[in-house]
Amino acid sequence: MKSALLRAQVESALGPGFPSPFTFRENCMPEAVSSGLEEIDALTGGLPRGGLTEIVGLASSGRTGVALAILAAMTAREEVCAWVDAQDAFDPCSAQLAGADLERLLWTRCHNIEQTLQVADLLIHSGGFGMVVLDLSDVAPRIVRRVPLSFWFRFRRAVEHTPTVLVLLEQEPCVKTCASLVLGIRNSKLEWRNSKLKIGDWKLETPNSTYERGSEIVPPHSLLFCGTGADVTMIRSRSSQARVVHSSIRTRVAWL
Amino acid sequence: MYLCIYIPNFSVQAVARVDPMLRRRAVAIVDGTAPLLRVVALNDPARTAGIGLGMTAVQVTQLGSGTAAAKVEVRHRSPAQEAATHAVLLDCAYTVSPRLEDTAADTVLLDLVGLERAFGSPEKIAHTLTQQAFGLGLEVHIAVAPNPDAARHAARGFPGITLIAPGEEAERLGCLPVEVLVPPPEILETLHRWGVRTFRALAALPTGQLSERLGQEGVHLQALARGAALRPLVPAQAALRFEEVMELEYAVTELEPLSFILARLLNQLCARLAARSLATNELSLQLELENTGVPEPPTPNSKSRTLRLPVPMRDSKVFLKLLQLNLQADPPPAPILKVTITANPAKPRAVQGGLFLPLSPDPEKLELVLARIAGVVGKENVGWPELVDTHRPDAFRMQRFVTGVRGSGFGVRKARNSKLKIRNWKFETHQSKIQNPKSKIDGPRTPNPEPRVLMALRALRPPMPARVEVRRERPVRIFSACGVRGEVVLASGPWRTSGEWWTDRTWEHDEWDISVVSGRSSVVSCKKHQQAALYRIYRDRNGNWFVQGTYD
Repeated sequence: MKSALLRAQVESALGPGFPSPFTFRENCMPEAVSSGLEEIDALTGGLPRGGLTEIVGLASSGRTGVALAILAAMTAREEVCAWVDAQDAFDPCSAQLAGADLERLLWTRCHNIEQTLQVADLLIHSGGFGMVVLDLSDVAPRIVRRVPLSFWFRFRRAVEHTPTVLVLLEQEPCVKTCASLVLGIRNSKLEWRNSKLKIGDWKLETPNSTYERGSEIVPPHSLLFCGTGADVTMIRSRSSQARVVHSSIRTRVAWL
Repeated sequence: MYLCIYIPNFSVQAVARVDPMLRRRAVAIVDGTAPLLRVVALNDPARTAGIGLGMTAVQVTQLGSGTAAAKVEVRHRSPAQEAATHAVLLDCAYTVSPRLEDTAADTVLLDLVGLERAFGSPEKIAHTLTQQAFGLGLEVHIAVAPNPDAARHAARGFPGITLIAPGEEAERLGCLPVEVLVPPPEILETLHRWGVRTFRALAALPTGQLSERLGQEGVHLQALARGAALRPLVPAQAALRFEEVMELEYAVTELEPLSFILARLLNQLCARLAARSLATNELSLQLELENTGVPEPPTPNSKSRTLRLPVPMRDSKVFLKLLQLNLQADPPPAPILKVTITANPAKPRAVQGGLFLPLSPDPEKLELVLARIAGVVGKENVGWPELVDTHRPDAFRMQRFVTGVRGSGFGVRKARNSKLKIRNWKFETHQSKIQNPKSKIDGPRTPNPEPRVLMALRALRPPMPARVEVRRERPVRIFSACGVRGEVVLASGPWRTSGEWWTDRTWEHDEWDISVVSGRSSVVSCKKHQQAALYRIYRDRNGNWFVQGTYD
């Protein structure tokens, strides 16, 4: 009796702002959307809607290619997406070649991280976007680390319970527990091809190989860069219980 | 019953309306290019003085030394005053009935059905309109008849007020000359040749034989002469103008109090639009400033404060916010004395909702967000990128982002395939061998899965200058301020691209794809692993090297 009375008093004191405060609610698994890449989907189960996904990697790791592939998949589902570009590095031609529908893409060309965060805040709070990409790839990690965690919590809170996928492209992970999914990409090999095919391995496994193979010098115009092989690591995920955290993808160039 | 208001000598009355002294004088209106100015309209005193249509202005002034001719006023025709006179005629007619037909510049037809209780008998209405028109400076002829055409001809033919009862049309109109019908010249000439000069004579002709000689037009003219032609009135719609004006007692200098004024005007404007089930897709704001007393002059940054909306809207709060953002970006240079807001009416958009529609932002909200983003990064840095149909690298233009409006795709470049063609030509004969380089040349082919992730290019805008050391015609070392520096491990090229040689914007690049060891360790792998970064560099026609972007 006393407990029931106490419960009624607490509920009335909290008012309509907190309906049923004593009701236990199970944490719902966020809805996952396909990234368009089988390797990523098999590894992560899809990108979480209403959550923050970090894709980290150094230059030429393939993270932008992965982000464009995700963008192509989202626009193919006729969802409107936004790309907040911190250093004005987005290439529309690459995006279209990746299959993205540019008419469904709102591109904001910023010039520093302050503008990027301000614009991202406006877009996330306006709602209605299937995916919002914050491209901080070319921003030095020391500058990104200076962004207070409260910003990222605020972003995560804004997209929670919405169908928006928030993707962050960086060189190093920095949002810590705010991210629902953190993917790391590293290029493991570079693929070059040569018209004068010789018996042996022309795939250069290490970056220190040179043109010279034996006594033969290969002219540079006979070499062609074909793509890379990249290792994808699921560094952290809230939804996936899998212990397998590694996968590999191959990237190709536009002229092949 | 129908009422017709007709202004005789329309051009003369248009001029005399603004100069009352001319009303009782002989006036001739001339038109044309000097020195060949001819009389196109004149009033009765001028006719009495011997002036005729088609006379030149010189002839008018030289027309004898008689007292009457000397008093003829010659004026130039004024289309602006004629338009204003026509507007006055319409205003006069609208005071009686909203159902009127704008037949001609000098003629208006009204439907009198249902007006007896409000305005009295048709005769009373005619007298009221005559007095109203006289008060506005016009002398009009008014006729009331059972059908519109009979009323029109009676007003054109008889001076003053004419009332024709039902059944009396043929009798009352019989004495009018056939010129009142305004027939085509060849038919008029034919009728004159036959000796048919009045409505009565035309009405008396046998219809069948008239039809054989003059066709259906002759039959129609006969019906008009008999007063038997029936047709519905074609009602004129008054042009909708949604404008709210507020003149301030004291000048407003700050934007915050101006916002209250804008909010009030916008609320009224939106309420008027809602009353007519309309929305607006264009909003104009005009501010009259204190010092000059003239409307705000256009400046390079804010030529006009016109908001062009992607879809018709009717939300006063959204309009207020957009205007506030516009004023914050480009504040007026002086205190404000008068505010005028004009809305261009449009049909509101009809949207079919659905449960399974793809996600998209609300257009009203999106417009607001885009205005805020434009305030942060600039209007030219937000939108969707449309590729330009050219081979020039990084060629695109920013277009306004609108949801739910698809472009035609015309002029959009599908893919930059020039490099594709050049490079593929070298390798097509060796495709099978390239697939599995570890095997022997003629060995079996192992199937390779097609990679679906495209290596994107992260562009540097503008391309960064670089110092490149070249040895044996290939780059071996690079140094650039953008962080691209080190030994070039592998280089592929040169790949020549050029274009627009027929213009002064010609360009010529020798592109290279290079691999440079970055010297940084990846945080992804627990092992230390030096990453090789891939860049696209090029050398222009002047021999200068630039870094175009990074492959990622």
